[in-house]
Amino acid sequence: MKDLLRFTTAGSVDDGKSTLIGRLLHDTRGVYEDQLESVRKASRDSNAEGFDLSLITDGLRAEREQAITIDVAYRYFQTPRRKFIIADTPGHEQYTRNMATGASTASLAVILLDTRHGVLQQSRRHAYIAALLGIRKLAVAVNKMDLVDFRRDVFERIRDEFGAVAAKLGIAEPFFVPVSARDGDNVATRGARTPWYEGASLLEYLETVEVETAGIAGPLRFPVQLAIRPHLDFRGYAGQIVSGRLRVGDRVLALPSGLETRVAALEGPEACPTVCLADQIDISRGDMLVDPSAPPSVGREFTATLIWMAAEPLRLEAAYLLKHTTRQVCADVRSVRRVMDMRTLDFGPAAELKLNDIAEVEIETHHPIFFDPYKDNRATGSFILIDMISNRTVAAGMILDQLGRGQPRIGWQAEAPAPQKPHRGLTVWFTGLSASGKTTLCRAVYERLAARGCRLELLDGDTVRKHLSKGLGFSREDRNENIRRIGFVAGLLTRNGVIALAAAISPYRAVRDEVRASIGDFVEVYVNAPLEVCESRDPKGLYRQARAGHLPAFTGIDDPYEPPFDPEVECRTDRETLEECIAKVLGAIDRALGG
Amino acid sequence: MSSDDSHLRTLEAESIYILREVAAEFARPALLYSIGKDSSVLLRLAQKAFHPARPPFPLLHVDTTFKFREMIEFRDRTAREAGLELIVHTHSAAAEGANPFKLGTQKCCQLLKTGALLQAIAQYGIDAAIGGARREEEKSRAKERVYSFRDAYGQWDPKDQRPELWNLYNGRIDKGESIRAFPLSNWTELDVWEYIALEQIPVVPLYFAQPRRMLLRGEMLIPLDYDVPPAPGDRIETVLCRMRSLGCTYCTGAIRSAADTLPKIIEELRGFRRSERENRVIDHDQEGSMELKKREGYF
Repeated sequence: MKDLLRFTTAGSVDDGKSTLIGRLLHDTRGVYEDQLESVRKASRDSNAEGFDLSLITDGLRAEREQAITIDVAYRYFQTPRRKFIIADTPGHEQYTRNMATGASTASLAVILLDTRHGVLQQSRRHAYIAALLGIRKLAVAVNKMDLVDFRRDVFERIRDEFGAVAAKLGIAEPFFVPVSARDGDNVATRGARTPWYEGASLLEYLETVEVETAGIAGPLRFPVQLAIRPHLDFRGYAGQIVSGRLRVGDRVLALPSGLETRVAALEGPEACPTVCLADQIDISRGDMLVDPSAPPSVGREFTATLIWMAAEPLRLEAAYLLKHTTRQVCADVRSVRRVMDMRTLDFGPAAELKLNDIAEVEIETHHPIFFDPYKDNRATGSFILIDMISNRTVAAGMILDQLGRGQPRIGWQAEAPAPQKPHRGLTVWFTGLSASGKTTLCRAVYERLAARGCRLELLDGDTVRKHLSKGLGFSREDRNENIRRIGFVAGLLTRNGVIALAAAISPYRAVRDEVRASIGDFVEVYVNAPLEVCESRDPKGLYRQARAGHLPAFTGIDDPYEPPFDPEVECRTDRETLEECIAKVLGAIDRALGG
Repeated sequence: MSSDDSHLRTLEAESIYILREVAAEFARPALLYSIGKDSSVLLRLAQKAFHPARPPFPLLHVDTTFKFREMIEFRDRTAREAGLELIVHTHSAAAEGANPFKLGTQKCCQLLKTGALLQAIAQYGIDAAIGGARREEEKSRAKERVYSFRDAYGQWDPKDQRPELWNLYNGRIDKGESIRAFPLSNWTELDVWEYIALEQIPVVPLYFAQPRRMLLRGEMLIPLDYDVPPAPGDRIETVLCRMRSLGCTYCTGAIRSAADTLPKIIEELRGFRRSERENRVIDHDQEGSMELKKREGYF
């Protein structure tokens, strides 16, 4: 049986990675003679000594000129047993972005170590990124054995050191092989100069290693790419089975509609069929057919590991396009929880997110997506972020977990809380300085009320400004307009029996009172913390920018905040715990609802 | 499905996924149909991807006017049988007598292929051009994305490509910009022939060996379809040969071969030590020439 193995390669500069790949291609006849001739020609051109195998892989002119690899390159070779696709990634400063790219489609990574340097910090990072992207098999080629006289103790010392690194990352038993890529020892065939080594050559290992075939394990996930409708008598949904199985007669659940039906017919190739359903259900691109007994999470809020890939840093105030399976939605990165320190491979506090940074973040999408944690499903756990203005791919993300699990769920989920008896509508208005804790408190209250099964909506000032109030500035007039708009929506919701939770700085007393008067059922929560405290928190760096003069008319700095005279609740977030604040707000809500 | 085809089915599924993504995400995609074996595979995959509907895009052939007569016949028949719209575009300079002998192969290609392609993309408002290029073919193609972004001038910037992870392709473009999509990125020449054999896909008869009247110049076998200016030492002989790769007549060299069936071609390829583009004159104009052409907008 001839199957396909995709692997990625990683090594530090000068570890001989390009030479190793050149050697693999050369010895498996994956490189043609005329290409070799042009390499011979180039070897002379670059004054390199003799025959430089690395030139087989360094394709671009700039790479040959600078003698480095600058982008991910894909290589192909085959043996009678397997076809191989190598994602060859450079080891220099762009390695995080490039290696993540190469690893995203690979099921195995070959990591190069140089006998002269042993396990470098860079090698640990390579192993970390491979593990992060979901690679569970590592082959470690200890290269340049010829430079240490093929000494067994050198190999074993490096093997033990790296073995400990891999164990920490949860990678079971990497394969270690001593090689000389330049001369070919233990690359394609076993070499005579390492008689003490009894294992397989690198190629023998690659040919025989068992890797999990993507898409076999796990419950059914079938993201719909498009509807096929050639004539009135045929309606099918084309897509790829990214996990599980799909057979005629199977029951499937369609998301987001939540309707269950049966597979009536399957057309086309087994792995990417066109599915006809027994019932007429409205399905379009971006929807997903899933196993009804094991559906994915459905939601708008989740935590994820993000790899930042653009020169421009992350902007929390910007909305990005999030592409996940065949679905594309708007998304906000709500907060950066912590950033990986690539020197120590420990997470640390977050300042910003720059090119090649890896961080844990909270994301909120504007429409629900259907997802699994990345560790369980690569296809339904991965996404990219696209900058809406430049159209560039700025980040790759791997979903960790759903947030806000207390939210009301769609009815089919068994664990959904029983709906409470109908309650009256109410607007709960959180006002206070930037960074006083409005959003945190508001969301916490939301989750508590959601757990009770209340009918809820959340109107967050930052989100509203991207949509409902898009285009408004920060003049007094625009601010008042923004508050009136939020107030108008909150009023509609309140009238319809919803508890509307609004969080906005809303600095001016007059317009707050105007909104209160127009809604009636109104609870004002003054989220109070001294300016110095807010300024020292400064999670979005806004105060810093305001002090530097980049944000004119910033509340608290050069524009006034007018505290409420008689709020229903006042929370001192610098003195009271979050739990105390939540209790006060819930108490006030219960009183207002007459509970 | 026999177990030996597992890698072909994996590649097939990947390509079909890409073709559907392009159809779903772009307003006016077109399939760049160049009549060769890769185009034949691409067309078959497109038919499978949307079955029982027809592929929702036209075929576009950039005709340099220097193609083999058998290729043009094959093209017209294929489009007719597939029931697809066929757009044939030729650069206006071709009528004015541009040819490789006068211009040299590099300029000829720049004008009649790259220039014509960019003209067609603009004229028909194509926002995604689907091509059969494979990463294995040539070293600068090894770094090509599946969705390759081209600016409003059709240019490729190899140092500033969009990162491409998993199978999440970024097709966002502004007006005038376009995407070249390459569903066969991960296929090798051998995969293509094995798939043609597996699926019984028709290909141009020029790929199969037969005795042909050829111009012999050094090691090169040049077809006699158009008037090639003579050079000292030229001879004309009947040679048992076949085309390994199909381009314009003058720029496509033949190879001596007795492989006149699909199994024989596959057998021959397994033993090959030389790349398929070797006989393409255009790739060897200068060191890194394919990369330069691609930057300008060539496939």
